[in-house]
Amino acid sequence: MDFLRPAGWAEALAAKAEHPTAVPIAGGTDVMVEINFDHRRPDRLLDLNRIGELYTWETDGPEVRLGAAVPYTRIMHELRSELPGLALAAHTVGSPQIRNRGSVGGNLGAASPAGDCHPALLAAGATVEAESVRGTRLIPVEEFYTGVKRNALAPDELIRAIRIQRATGPQQFAKVGTRNAMVIAVCAFAMALHPGERTVRTGIGSAAPTPVRARTAEDFLTAELRDGGYWESGRPLEPSLAAEFGRLAAGACNPIDDVRGSAAYRRHAVGVLARRTLAWVWAEHTTGEENHRCA
Amino acid sequence: MRSTGLTQLGGRIGESTPRPDGTLKVTGEFAYASDLWHEDMLWGCTLRSPYAHARIRSIDIAPALAMAGVHTVLTHADLPAATRYGLEIQDTPVLADGVVRHHGEPVALVAADHPETARRAAARIVVEYQQLPVVTDESSATAEDAPVLHPDRTDPHAAHVPHPNIVHRQPVIRGDVAAARQRAHVIVSGDYEVGMQDQAFLGPESGLAVPAEDGGVDLYIATQWLHADLRQIAPVLGLPENKVRMTLSGVGGAFGGREDLSMQAHACLLALRTGKPVKMVYNRFESFFGHVHRHPARLHYEHGADRDGRLLFVKARIVLDGGAYASSSPAVVGNAASLGIGPYEVPHVDMEALALYTNNPPCGAMRGFGAVQACFAYEAQMDKLAAELGLGPVEFRRRNAMSQGSVMPTGQLVDSPAPVAELLRRVKALPLPPPRQWETAGGAPDVRALPGGLSNTTHGEGVVRGVGYAVGIKNVGFSEGFDDYSTARVRMEVIGGEPVVTVHTAMAEVGQGGVTVHAQIARTELGVEQVTIHPADTRVGSAGSTSASRQTYVTGGAVKHACEAVREQVLALGRARFGTFHPAWGQAELLLENGKVVTDGGEVLAPIAEVLGGEAVESEREWRHRPTQPFDPHTGQGFGHVQYSFAAHRAVVEVDTELGLVKVIELACAQDVGKALNPLSVTGQIQGGTTQGLGLAVMEEIVVDPATARVRNPSFTDYLIPTILDTPAIPVDVLELADEHAPYGLRGVGEAPTLSSTPAVVAAIRQATGLALNRVPVRPEHLTGT
Amino acid sequence: MRVNLTVNGRPQQADDVWEGESLLYVLRERLGLPGSKNACEQGECGSCTVRLDGVPVCACLVAAGQAEGREVVTVEGLGEGELSAVQRAFIDAGAVQCGFCTPGLLVAADELLEHNPQPSDADIREALSGNLCRCTGYEKILDAVRLAAARRGEAG
Repeated sequence: MDFLRPAGWAEALAAKAEHPTAVPIAGGTDVMVEINFDHRRPDRLLDLNRIGELYTWETDGPEVRLGAAVPYTRIMHELRSELPGLALAAHTVGSPQIRNRGSVGGNLGAASPAGDCHPALLAAGATVEAESVRGTRLIPVEEFYTGVKRNALAPDELIRAIRIQRATGPQQFAKVGTRNAMVIAVCAFAMALHPGERTVRTGIGSAAPTPVRARTAEDFLTAELRDGGYWESGRPLEPSLAAEFGRLAAGACNPIDDVRGSAAYRRHAVGVLARRTLAWVWAEHTTGEENHRCA
Repeated sequence: MRSTGLTQLGGRIGESTPRPDGTLKVTGEFAYASDLWHEDMLWGCTLRSPYAHARIRSIDIAPALAMAGVHTVLTHADLPAATRYGLEIQDTPVLADGVVRHHGEPVALVAADHPETARRAAARIVVEYQQLPVVTDESSATAEDAPVLHPDRTDPHAAHVPHPNIVHRQPVIRGDVAAARQRAHVIVSGDYEVGMQDQAFLGPESGLAVPAEDGGVDLYIATQWLHADLRQIAPVLGLPENKVRMTLSGVGGAFGGREDLSMQAHACLLALRTGKPVKMVYNRFESFFGHVHRHPARLHYEHGADRDGRLLFVKARIVLDGGAYASSSPAVVGNAASLGIGPYEVPHVDMEALALYTNNPPCGAMRGFGAVQACFAYEAQMDKLAAELGLGPVEFRRRNAMSQGSVMPTGQLVDSPAPVAELLRRVKALPLPPPRQWETAGGAPDVRALPGGLSNTTHGEGVVRGVGYAVGIKNVGFSEGFDDYSTARVRMEVIGGEPVVTVHTAMAEVGQGGVTVHAQIARTELGVEQVTIHPADTRVGSAGSTSASRQTYVTGGAVKHACEAVREQVLALGRARFGTFHPAWGQAELLLENGKVVTDGGEVLAPIAEVLGGEAVESEREWRHRPTQPFDPHTGQGFGHVQYSFAAHRAVVEVDTELGLVKVIELACAQDVGKALNPLSVTGQIQGGTTQGLGLAVMEEIVVDPATARVRNPSFTDYLIPTILDTPAIPVDVLELADEHAPYGLRGVGEAPTLSSTPAVVAAIRQATGLALNRVPVRPEHLTGT
Repeated sequence: MRVNLTVNGRPQQADDVWEGESLLYVLRERLGLPGSKNACEQGECGSCTVRLDGVPVCACLVAAGQAEGREVVTVEGLGEGELSAVQRAFIDAGAVQCGFCTPGLLVAADELLEHNPQPSDADIREALSGNLCRCTGYEKILDAVRLAAARRGEAG
């Protein structure tokens, strides 16, 4: 095994071009598990720890340009107002130690359907900035996930940053696990209101081969909010509306039975999470108060 | 390797005393088995079977041997002597001999100069398997055409079992159940299931074997019972026991999972073959295959009670899955059968417990040992009966609670305190935690206090509270006529003008705090301040196992006994030296206190240092608790257990009924410990055992694929144990009702709290949800009907 | 490969490091610092928690080469000649049984108290939620952190 330690981004891209099978490693929270447990023996590791720009973010525009290796802990604490959904998702990742190392770039690179960021990125609206010596590609996050643990990166590409729409309305994220901390998602749901466009967007995790949006549910809700005059009136949502939204979200799932949970449970739970997160974001939208606290 | 003893000043018995190894453990200096290092050492690695049942057609080790850095590769063909071992029955191959019977069974060993080299070499060994049909449950194990996993059995149970795939079967028959059934006012029945729990000790299996010049081997090892390991290892190595010298290294928890051999014989074989020290360390994945688990169980219970809510009869059948090898299944069966009706008076009992041989992972000792599974079922039955009779769960249990003077279904008279009703009364009397604890001062919920925790699944929606009670009974010490003894060597000498005591036993300190207690006993008995705990090894007689809640009782008893002998020697020296100067030396009751010989009236006769002078006194003593008897193979009658222990729990849970997620809010425990030798560690034991029971209730299970008998979740990602956010406040109420048969009146502590914790949590979830919940761990699917 | 790093304030060098080795392996097997523990090697237990440039991380998930030139603090570096407040409190409160989780918990708890000298119980639970303990049921670990916080407060 070789250990490549590029000192800068250009050098990293050159290394990846020269060694397309090199496995990028930043936080190591996925890659090292596979090495420790003998599940993977890459020819080369490409260490990204030394590349400062991957650990910074820019918030000047309508998008946050989030360096691929920014640890979850910093997202939780420092990007709460710009990226509330992602900050909530970041808070559910692994343990404090994992959140100090793991990053959105790593989550995208691994492309596990159970990755915690994906639903939040889908709901917020995001593009992946993939770069190689050949140039930069902007890949809408919806198109980034191509299968179980597969993504749209070319072999010579690395993730430079994720461009995420700055929140203009309330966002929520909820994940079901069978433990109250340090748990992989059985399923997860993210919800974002986009009051400017008067739309809603969602993301579902761990309940289909890839992270997905619940588009039918989104369309239904967007239309109901518009036709029912909810944006103008700010009145409470009809329970039947929330129930139907949950039902449609559950319908967007295509889950499997595995050791973490049954397909039927995942579908059911996504429906419940959709209904609840909708209630939370709508309450926040209409009262201006965020209705939860997690330190 | 740290070979110096642990010295600590401090408490006598009954005083909360910090651990003598505490400083080493908080500074990182304490040498656990995986921390050992030796000049020029090699790393051992185990190749394991990917199949649960297969014939091995061929093994080609040549590609592995050809790798640079590989020193040796061993298979069954290379074994020098005995090829099988086992705790009770020698049915476990050291390395698979033509057949593998469970997923993960060891097939070959590699020693190499780096762990990665060893792993790569193991991966190059070519094993050709022919898969065989798997036996996974009672029906497949006892079917007409079931493959017999161990043909030609010669073990003591072979003759009386109804099928060769049954390891052992124990009935317990008392009274006349058929007649009692006629008189019953209410009858309830139920089928229950307990999943396979793992000990999940944090320090993975590891050890270092160092070949010696005399052709023997020194093994530094994390284990629960040095001498039982020795008895099994020496024949495998073809060495006399005195050439296999074992020293206990630091043990990172055990809970039963280190009672069987893991890598002990393997590391020694590699070391003897290569002539070099060999270290083996399992990673977490391998650890799940490296030790036995708690027996999963299916249990059927039928209870009848009269109009006044008094139990009339129990008919029960407990089927334990022992997996591929016997391990301690026979003893687990004995416990399940004899303790399986719980701490209740029942005049008519028809109980049967048995363990199967299957191709599932081998199961054996885990904290609670056969009593845990039954407690989940009989406590569920108690709640059903209470509901049928319109009684509260505590009131119904109170009416049927056993007490001192009760007779067990085995016919054994309970001849020491059994405060079952009192323990329940105490947990019930505790104030309940306030409702809606998730609400913060600002009115917004703190998700950390809610089901789902940090995952942010509810802000209070769907959350319902429930309260549940349970109580259990566990035996202490080894039962059924086992010669259960321990050995202690105690030495007293003067160092730097002060009398210093050294206590040497082979007791495995696995975290329970035995080393603290031994020093407390020596201080109490010998009136000294300074006590050194000698490292545990096989240079002293057996201490028995650190299991069955027995070490404080049995090795504690041996230390006390040896201290008494040392005291007599000190007094004899004193009488010889000073007896003529003071008539009090002639008294029968002289004590050693505060470094002095004193009369029972408190008069100081001489400092111990002066009595000893330059002499050292030493005594090695074996100590046995009172004998027990085997259970009658047909009726289960017999004085089978030396002591019983009891704990009761009250669980308060909050359940997100829509998502099926549970947060245990409080898990209060009351336990009778006879005498708390070290109150600090007694509460620690109770809280730790309680938490393992919580884990079984709501999350812990090794999932085995019923089609292939392969383990599906051998990692800490998917085998979940409680985190600090899953574990509630655990208030502990300790009773101390002395057992006159036991040293200081003590009662073994470690296991009882593991029993009742699980059913109390599930009872609380039932109360919150109204669901039957006949299986643990309770999964969200069970709570949501998905 | 060769790895240079600073551990507990002292420059260290490890040679012949296999590229797939973790920082944990280098600390334990090459630098003679086995205090950080190898309980799961998959970031699910916290027993190997060390501080990497001040930040608590699982040493099992840091590739050895990633530690090049960086500062690591392990349990061996917590006390300076004498036990630190949190080490002392773990002994006194009975928070140590088998002790295998203890080094990781100490590093995590020490970092918590550095940033939050008077943590609430919920804060303690959250900060330690990545550290599994199988022996104690955590009650005495909570006691220990509360005790350390109180003593540090008194000390000024």
